Formats: sequence, C-alpha cells, structure tokens
Amino acid sequence: MSFWGKWISEWLEGLGQLTLLTREAIGSLFTFKVAWRDLLYQVYFIGVKSQSVVLITGAFTGMVLGAQTYFQFHKVRMDTATLAVVSVSMCSELGPVLTGLMVAGRVGAAIAAELGTMRVTEQIDALRTLATHPVDYLVVPRLLALHAALPLLTAESIAVGIGAGYLVGVYLLGIDPTYSWYNMVKYTTPGDVIVGIVKAVIFGGIVAMIGCYKGLFCGEGAQGVGRATTEAVVYSSITILITNFFLTLVLGKIFHTF
Amino acid sequence: MIEVRDLNKSFGPHQVLDGVSFSIDKGESVVIIGRSGGGKSVLLKHLIALLQPDSGQVLIEGEDIVPMNERQLLRVRRKFGMLFQGAALFDSMTVAENVAFAFRRDRSLPEPEIARKVAHVLELVDLPGIENKNPSELSGGMRKRVGLARAIVYQPEIILYDEPTTGLDPIASDSIDKLILRVRDRLDVTSVVVTHDMRSARRLGQRILMLHNKKIYATGTPDEIFESQDPVVRQFVEGVSDLKEAI
Repeated sequence: MSFWGKWISEWLEGLGQLTLLTREAIGSLFTFKVAWRDLLYQVYFIGVKSQSVVLITGAFTGMVLGAQTYFQFHKVRMDTATLAVVSVSMCSELGPVLTGLMVAGRVGAAIAAELGTMRVTEQIDALRTLATHPVDYLVVPRLLALHAALPLLTAESIAVGIGAGYLVGVYLLGIDPTYSWYNMVKYTTPGDVIVGIVKAVIFGGIVAMIGCYKGLFCGEGAQGVGRATTEAVVYSSITILITNFFLTLVLGKIFHTF
Repeated sequence: MIEVRDLNKSFGPHQVLDGVSFSIDKGESVVIIGRSGGGKSVLLKHLIALLQPDSGQVLIEGEDIVPMNERQLLRVRRKFGMLFQGAALFDSMTVAENVAFAFRRDRSLPEPEIARKVAHVLELVDLPGIENKNPSELSGGMRKRVGLARAIVYQPEIILYDEPTTGLDPIASDSIDKLILRVRDRLDVTSVVVTHDMRSARRLGQRILMLHNKKIYATGTPDEIFESQDPVVRQFVEGVSDLKEAI
C-alpha cells in the first residue's frame, strides 16, 4: 500500500475507533452510574486549575483586539464602535475558540498522558479485571466535566476580555465610555452569547473525547505516551478550528447573528 | 471450569498462539511455563478476555466469552482476580483505596465494612497497617502483595497470576509463593500461574503446562515434567541455552 493509502486507512480506522468510543461514552451516560467524586475532581482539575491560563488569554486578547480595532476605526471616526466589535468577537468567536485551544493544550494533554500511562502500566487492564468498564470510570467523568467547565471558562474569558478591551479603549486610548457602552449593548445580541456558549460545550466534548481516545489507544512505552499526548493537543486544536467554521455558519443561521 | 479450544492469536505477521487447547478443573492449580516472549502472558490474558483471539473459544463454566462485548464481560470478570506482572496498582490511590476499589464501585457495602475487609485482606498478605501508604512508597514485593490483596478481596473463584515472582529477590519470591499457596488453600480457588521460575512452578502447580513453539508442548504433574526425558522440556527445566543463544 502506498504512503497515502496507508495514511488514509489509519486515519479512517482512528476515526472509526473514536466514533465507537463516543457512542460507548454516550451510552454510559444513560446508565446514570457516574462516580460523583471523580466527576467533582475532574471539574476542579479542568475548571479551577485552568483559571490562570484562561484569564490571561481572555484579558490580553480583549486588550489587543480593542487596540487594533480602535486603530482602524479611528481613521473613519468610528471610535465608539470599538467595544461593540470586541464584544461580538469575544462572545461568538475568540472567547470559545481561544479558551478551547488553551484547554486542549492543558487538559487534553493531561488526559492523554494520564490515560496513556495507565494503559502502558496495565492499570487499564487492572480496571477491567475489577469488573469496571474503562469508559464508565475514565471517560465519562472527564467528558461531563469538560462539558460543564468549558462553557463556564468561556463565559469568564469573554467577560474578562470585554472588560480588558474597555479598560484599554477608555483609559488608554481615550474613547468615550458612555457611547462605547451604548454601542456594545446595542450590537451584541443574546444570540452572540448563546453561540459562544454552545460552541464551548461542543469544544469541551472534542477535547475530552480526543484526549481520552489518544490515551486509551496509545502505543507502547514512554514514546507511545509522548506521541499520544502530542497528537491529542494537535488533533483537538485542529478539530476545534475546523468545527468552529461550520458551527459559525450553522449557529449563526439558527440564532440570526449574521 | 476453564476450557480453551483451538486458540489462535497473531500480532501483525507474528503468530503467538497456534491452536492452543487445554482445560482446567475447578479448584485446580495449574502453572503455565515457557520461554520469555513465548506467549504465556498473552494466553493468560485470553482467559479473562483482556485480549481477543483471532479464532478459537475460551469457555468459563461452559460459557464462551470470546463473542462477548466489554459490558457482557463485566459479569464474567467478577469470577476472576488477577495479579499483574508489575502489580498494576492505581498510582493515584492509596493502598486502601486500591484494595477497596471494587467495593466502592459496587456501592454495595457500608464504609466500616469495606475498611474491615481491607484490613483483613492486608493481614492475609502479611502487610497489616499500610492502608494509607501510596504505591510509590512500596517495594516490588510489597506492591505484588497489595496487588494480590486487591485481587482476592472480593473472593473470586479463579485467580490468575502473571509472573508473580519476576523481578523479586529469592526471599521475596519465596514469600510470594507461600502467599499464593496460602490463598489457594484458604479461599479454595482455581489458580492459573504463568511463570518461567521453575522453583515456583514446582511448588505452586498441581499440573504444569509447557508452552513451546506457540503450542502446548507438554503437560503433566510437576514430578512428570521435572523427570521428563524430552530434550525440549529438559533444556527448559535445567535452564540450558543453545550456544548461539548464549552469544
């Protein structure tokens, strides 16, 4: 088989395994046998421990977006529309995408490394001999925790980004605060916020499933774990970016944001 | 109790098991011996369906477990306990949490009862009072004992041992052997031990199966195997390498 033939075959096989794993995880959700202690720990690890990285990303994205928008809008005397652009961009695009990417880097990598190490040290086999389904015990708490934590982190990132953009615009660049606030509220619809949150829920699922899949099916030894960790981050990030484009089209149509 | 019929397994182009068949009676203690990399652990993992064969059957109390999916296997695996080569303790948990894992997942027992059972089983493996230690604080021999405690705590009918004495010094190996015998006698379980340690094989097995060239090459009581005049069996029992292997 040629290089490309082999690559496509392996890619399709991986996609099939990921689909089966996702189906198993969704089926497991309906058994209602969630280990609450594990779920809480994952929410803590994913949500609380990701605060700093998400806050820094949100704040500096809002600041740079505010400054760049002002530099362009100032040329056509639209200074007070700056915050509206920052707000809509943060809510529907930059908030969920950048938070998703940062969490993919931090949490997706950690999930793949942890599960991969468990696999190569036979801990996953040990779970199975103890009559425990690895999907119930390892995948479902992480999936639920990411579904819950990523929208909250995204909301936080959006709020901090807008706040930082406001501070830069008003106090550094001298935009009129009243008109800026008025325009922001006028041009930002509830649909923009809902689109951002819905995207975050979906990105949470992507990070969880790809991280778990790469960990559970990783190769042997330290090299296998290393590769699984890298691939989890790369594939999660790429999938988030591609999915975001289609979600923008579909959700925009549903919530009339464009 | 366990019956294996015409089991075949390959990893890519490399065939590991070729038509392996044998059966193990209830309460019997069987040792599987063979060269390193010869497929012993692979065979053992097929008995509890951690691996799926390319073809063949594995019957547990008459029920073929090969076509079962992972959820159907959960019920069958409750009959088993398994001690892994590296103990496979959950490194994010304490010793007590490791041993009590199955009970906590079941949620069928109150906490004081779980604690009592954990203490009892740790006493059985000669490690009382180490409930709050982490696996990283334990020696290799202690880890194997904790692994054994975790395997026997819910009183399985069959215990599988994957190289229980590998990597241990002779004294620790001896104590693990005695422990396996104690567990076998006290709990009245069916034991399957995979090892290439011939001293352990002689002590632990009521019957020895020798895996060679992907097949069950020889079977018999320990005395029969140790007194066999077959050149392949003799070479393994005496631990003599070919000249080309020694270089």
